[in-house]
Amino acid sequence: MSDRPLFLERASFRRRRLGDAARVLPVLAMLAMLLPVWWVPASLSYAAGAVWIFGTWAVLILAVWLLHRALLRSEAATLRASQDPAPPASGQDPDAV
Amino acid sequence: MPFETLVLACLAYVALMFAVAYAADRAAARGRVRCLDHPLVYTLSLSVYCSAWTFYGAVGYASRSGLEFLTIYLGPTIVFCGAWWGLRRLVRVARMHHVTSVADLVSARFGKSNRLAALVTLIAVIAATPYVALQLQSVRLSFEVFATDPRGMGGSDALGGTALWVAAGLAVFTILFGTRNLAADERHHGVVTAIALEAVVKLAAFIALGVFVIWGLADGPSDMLDRISRASLDPRVAEGWLLRPDRWTALIVISGAAILTLPRMFQVLVVEAADEERLHVAGWAFPAYLFAMSLFVLPIAVMGRELMPADANPDLYVLTLPAAAGQDMLALLVFLGGFSAATSMVVVCAIAVATMVSNHWLVPAWLALRRIPASEEMDDLRGFVLNARRLAILAVVAAGWVYHQASGGAAALAAMGLVAFSGMAQVLPAMVGGLLWRGANRKGAYAGIGAGFVLWMGLVFLPSVGVGGDMTVLPGMDPWTAAVALSLSVNTLAFVGVSIFGFPDPVERFQGLSFVSAIEPLRHSRARSADDRAEPLLAMARRIWGPDAALRFFQAEARAQGKSGYLPDLTPDFLTGLERRLAGSIGAATAHAMIDRVAGGVALTVSDLLQVADEAQRAKEETQRLEAARAELARTARQLHQANDKLTALSVQKDAFLGQISHELRTPMTSVRAFSEILMDADLQDADRQRFAGIIHQEAGRLTRLLDDLLDLSVLESGRAQLTISVVNLHDVITRAVTAASATRPERGFLIDRDLPSEHLGLITDADRLLQVLINVISNARKYCDADHPVMTIRVKRPQGGGAVIDVIDNGSGIDSGRQSLIFEKFARLNDPARAGGAGLGLAICREIMLNLGGDIAYLPGQGGAAFRIVLPQRPPVGSGSD
Repeated sequence: MSDRPLFLERASFRRRRLGDAARVLPVLAMLAMLLPVWWVPASLSYAAGAVWIFGTWAVLILAVWLLHRALLRSEAATLRASQDPAPPASGQDPDAV
Repeated sequence: MPFETLVLACLAYVALMFAVAYAADRAAARGRVRCLDHPLVYTLSLSVYCSAWTFYGAVGYASRSGLEFLTIYLGPTIVFCGAWWGLRRLVRVARMHHVTSVADLVSARFGKSNRLAALVTLIAVIAATPYVALQLQSVRLSFEVFATDPRGMGGSDALGGTALWVAAGLAVFTILFGTRNLAADERHHGVVTAIALEAVVKLAAFIALGVFVIWGLADGPSDMLDRISRASLDPRVAEGWLLRPDRWTALIVISGAAILTLPRMFQVLVVEAADEERLHVAGWAFPAYLFAMSLFVLPIAVMGRELMPADANPDLYVLTLPAAAGQDMLALLVFLGGFSAATSMVVVCAIAVATMVSNHWLVPAWLALRRIPASEEMDDLRGFVLNARRLAILAVVAAGWVYHQASGGAAALAAMGLVAFSGMAQVLPAMVGGLLWRGANRKGAYAGIGAGFVLWMGLVFLPSVGVGGDMTVLPGMDPWTAAVALSLSVNTLAFVGVSIFGFPDPVERFQGLSFVSAIEPLRHSRARSADDRAEPLLAMARRIWGPDAALRFFQAEARAQGKSGYLPDLTPDFLTGLERRLAGSIGAATAHAMIDRVAGGVALTVSDLLQVADEAQRAKEETQRLEAARAELARTARQLHQANDKLTALSVQKDAFLGQISHELRTPMTSVRAFSEILMDADLQDADRQRFAGIIHQEAGRLTRLLDDLLDLSVLESGRAQLTISVVNLHDVITRAVTAASATRPERGFLIDRDLPSEHLGLITDADRLLQVLINVISNARKYCDADHPVMTIRVKRPQGGGAVIDVIDNGSGIDSGRQSLIFEKFARLNDPARAGGAGLGLAICREIMLNLGGDIAYLPGQGGAAFRIVLPQRPPVGSGSD
């Protein structure tokens, strides 16, 4: 639509950027799992490799958990902002609150 | 452990599962689905991915190929990293279209084509059969572990029957809880809850075993890592464990595809999901489950190699390790975990594949055979669909058992799993392409899936059952990797290529838009006037859902349309809703065909699509029109506001004007009254009387002049002034004006500087009015010029367009720039105490005269004194004047 606002409020802006992060994450996960194996298959095949892969895996799970939590929160924030037409401090100075 | 104990434990466990499923179904029937709908239950039900292949096979896989087994869990993890935007969208679109299976999804996307769904069903059946066989085999093998116990009731006859008994039991469970109803949304609360419980048992058993192996058999994690390093020193092990990047990549891709396309995974991931919100939890919880399931696989494999005899089956280390260590209870728990893994997979797989078989094979075939007789004679379709599904469940489980008996259980477990994965992965390009690309069409989907299917059959499936043997697809490459790479590439290329050059039919384009944009599909049909067709539709729905459910739906729809009774109007909305609800029971393609037949639907044509586009366009234009009207209103409001401001200002100005007038009239009036009162005094001397009468006369004259001026101004402003137009020589007018004005302050000796030759200009104008203006300007100069030796310069020029420009300039101090704009206003007397009898109307009158004559008068700044420029046209404008 042509009358879509050109710039978003802080809450929606943040949600969009988190959405971008959610798109990038699977690509990062893919690279993290594929590149080392193509690069140094021999050193990843045994005990050290197990530690490396399980470590990366745990970090990925943690990243998804944090991202989803942040996304849910920002969605709730956007919802609040849209329900309340004139949010008192939203978008201007959140540090002051 | 006695074999009887094992059988008893197994039976008790099965009874528990039946009870849980029954209780959950009852709770759901009473509408208490809140705890059944918990995201955790959903996440646990996803663990049906970890079948017996994971539970037993992963350890065997790890002992043969090391870390490569992780790919099977890393692929889904990567897919779930994209849960937020990818899986949520898939679930939303699938729920929107009431999709019942992966075949139904592909069919609905590509124009509700049942043949495409039948093709996908074929792949699913072929891929699922060995996989089900694998589960039966694993249960049989796990029984065998305990049956070799000398105290057990050994004997190959009894064991040959184990798989049969398990298969029969699973078929009964699946039929009981998988085909209880033909719900429009195809959810099975009982089955899902039982599976969630089995997932907990699986995980608990595996973790218990892992803890036992790491802290019971080994000496903690670091010791375990040492043992892994020591095991890999063996050159044979090291060679088997060395990761091959190409195979690693292919396995990750295939397992990532499997999580989306395997019938059982699609069933729990998409069909059983009430909404996409639960993926917020599943997005990280399911990878965490997989993580926990794979964490102990390698330690168990290494410990099994160390402690077990060399000829022991590595697939069964999970059972033989605790059994050999004398941990009977742990062995029993692990056995139940493996049993859970196998049974949950068979149950969900049977439900999913049976839904596909009945919806895309049996029901369409039956409908085609019957050719839809007159609706009164049509028998109970609901019963038929349910029976078809039961039959299909029996067939799927039976096929698995037959395959198991025929293959003799020789093949390694992992190989069978990979065959199924790579088969279903052939659906992935069409599925993902259909969801992301509007240009994807049915012919492309046929080409891609067909080519992939043929290559998979030839290169993967047939060799796996011993037909044709291993073929070398690409030299120097692992045959399975090469086959997968080749089949998926050809599949994708064919899909994209044929889609690019094809042209989809209207239904397909419509569905494509709905799937790709995730917007509600709206069936757009030309007017279906015949309202009596609602009744056959109700009859049809009754046969599929049962009388109560159908009546409820129709009544609700009628009420939504504002009608009473049970027969709603056949609006596009209603038909769309009905079709989608029916699709939830019998698949999109069949529902579409049935509604079209019963309601006498008109096929969607390109012109319909264009009409829809037109409507969208019209709606857009309407919006734009409203927007324009709004802007126009805002503009008008602004104008009104301005007009209001102006009126207010004018009102203030009028009040000020009246105040001024009153003041101007009152001053001479006061003198007149005062002096006439004095005159009334009898003893006044003649000289005084004379003087006072003179003053009264003078003041009366001033009043008269003021009133004359006001009258003059009002006439001029209204544009009704009478002009006497004649040919005029400017020189004469200026001379008369200078002479007349010399009466003003005659005591001041003015030096008049004129350029006589240039003054002889002929003009057509009103000479008297022009004279009035000139006298006013020159008198003003005489009055206000404050120079010691006043000089007045008068210059006349003829501009190019004709007419004349007269500049009257004195050498006084001029007028402040701030006041220059005020001097032509009424009563604008600059702060002169002398006032010289004027009321401040002179220049206002001058300007009005000049405007009437078609010219202008303006103050010329920067001339070294007060300077006025009078601009005259060659002739006054048409319409002014007396003629």
